[in-house]
Amino acid sequence: MNVIEVENLSFSYTKNVQILKKVSFYAEEGSYICLLGPNGAGKSTLFQCMLGLNGKYSGSIKVCGEDIKNLSEKQLARKIAYIPQSSVHVFNYSVDDVVLMGTTSLTNGISSPGSRERELVMDALKRLNIEYLSGRKYQNISGGERQLVLIARALAQQAKILFMDEPTANLDYGNQCRVLNEISRLSSQGYTIIQSTHNPDHALMYADCTIAICDGKVAAFGDPAKVLDAELMSRLYGVKIEVVDVNGLRMCIPAGISRK
Amino acid sequence: MGVKDTRKRNITVIVTLLILLIVCFMLSVTLGRYEISLKELGLVLASKFVNIEQSWSKLSDNIIMQVRIPRIVVAVLVGAALAVSGTSYQCIFRNPMAAPDVLGASTGAGFGAALAILMGKGNITITAWAFVSSIVCVLLAVMCSKFSKGDRVLSLVLSGIMIGSLFQAGTSYLKLIADPQNTLPEITYWLMGSLSGIKPEQMGYIWIPMVIGFIPIFIMRWKMNLLTMDDAEAKTMGVNTRLVRVTVIISATLLTAASVAISGMVGWVGLVIPHIGRRLVGSDCRILVPTSALLGGIFLLLVDDLARNIYTTELPLGMLTAIIGAPFFIYLLSRKGEW
Repeated sequence: MNVIEVENLSFSYTKNVQILKKVSFYAEEGSYICLLGPNGAGKSTLFQCMLGLNGKYSGSIKVCGEDIKNLSEKQLARKIAYIPQSSVHVFNYSVDDVVLMGTTSLTNGISSPGSRERELVMDALKRLNIEYLSGRKYQNISGGERQLVLIARALAQQAKILFMDEPTANLDYGNQCRVLNEISRLSSQGYTIIQSTHNPDHALMYADCTIAICDGKVAAFGDPAKVLDAELMSRLYGVKIEVVDVNGLRMCIPAGISRK
Repeated sequence: MGVKDTRKRNITVIVTLLILLIVCFMLSVTLGRYEISLKELGLVLASKFVNIEQSWSKLSDNIIMQVRIPRIVVAVLVGAALAVSGTSYQCIFRNPMAAPDVLGASTGAGFGAALAILMGKGNITITAWAFVSSIVCVLLAVMCSKFSKGDRVLSLVLSGIMIGSLFQAGTSYLKLIADPQNTLPEITYWLMGSLSGIKPEQMGYIWIPMVIGFIPIFIMRWKMNLLTMDDAEAKTMGVNTRLVRVTVIISATLLTAASVAISGMVGWVGLVIPHIGRRLVGSDCRILVPTSALLGGIFLLLVDDLARNIYTTELPLGMLTAIIGAPFFIYLLSRKGEW
């Protein structure tokens, strides 16, 4: 079943500059999709449109068969959870409160989250094996832990589709692996994941499907091992890139590199 | 600290503050030039509900019911309103430096009051004009921010500063043309803030805009937490950010306008009290809003006690809050990153 269907999505800020040009793709339930593209390709705009943050597009975006233009913030929040690259907190909230914020769409308009929502928080922390962070302050934990807390917040939201904006951008190598492993574990548990990334290896190593965006158009869509070839990589990023096989995995390396 | 410990601590803080407020209230009634004992106060208060043979002087009754209690109640209400308003603005504008007058509510009230005093109006009219002028000032700021194409929150703050400075200039002009023998001192004194002229009738209506302003903030205090995050995050977690922001701004403005209209310009309470609250109970508005309200009420009540007892003539409230507020704020700055 396709949980997301995007058809002919176009968007422009001014008449002359078109950011997205007739973008179409779909996401199957439970798939792990990596969104690739150079800076300025339109990845962020695509995310904003799909998250209902930017309604001035043409074309249609359907989530679970419903056009998102017909859904309120709250209804959309029940279907899609968003995990930002980082979350800037002016005030220092506890980890529990940050995750609890994810449950806001489950409460009615007037009440605050209660004991049922607090249980969802503990469930989400346990799922990611970070229950030890309960009681700590968000600003006092490490970058990798913060990213996991933001993922926990999305899990507490009880949405089955997760959008991640470069979740590993600010992390060291170990934390990158840790976060990506958790994400792929979630995808095998039935979550549909759309993750934008600047590292094509993430798509080759973890994703079931990739969407490459270049100049606002879909340059490739499908199985990463098949569609991500040297020619496409070079076109996307503007430098020569080779795709090689290592231990049965495909990986990107910049062309012409040799140890001196 | 676990979730259970947090709840326990929150209940302890609220109960302690409530008891503290009641104690301060009682003691404040007994403080003053005319001596009133706690026993006398108890008897007078009890006589309002049950029949007791009068063993106290008519004067004591008058001073308690007509002078001290109205003033004390207003001090608590104004302190609480300013603190809640400051807490709300700090969340809405994602800025720990925001204060109740960030959108020009105080400067607007100052202009309205100065105009009323200049035209020789009475106490009630001064309060009413200050209130209206305060609301007008904020409305103008909000309207001006609509012209901006950039970040909504930032442009709102900037418009508030601009419109506020316009009203400030208006007040300066009114002071310039005011009679230096009687009108000018009155305007100057009003602008420094004081609760000395509070009448029982004022107590009777000032709580109305305050309650109207407080209820929506109290209801939306959980969602105010989410507004301290990026708008994209709050929206994707299901919050109608526009609705919450507009409601909270209107409510906080009502609180501020009602406060400054009756007390004059009392600075610092709205800026400093929320930070003390965060030290006590953390940033979660569910508990921070009631904590700030209680702290603000207690703080302003104590400062007003100082204002009327420290010296033979009354000291301006605005001056005292700054004398206590400024050193505290410097202390806060020296503990960077804690809020």
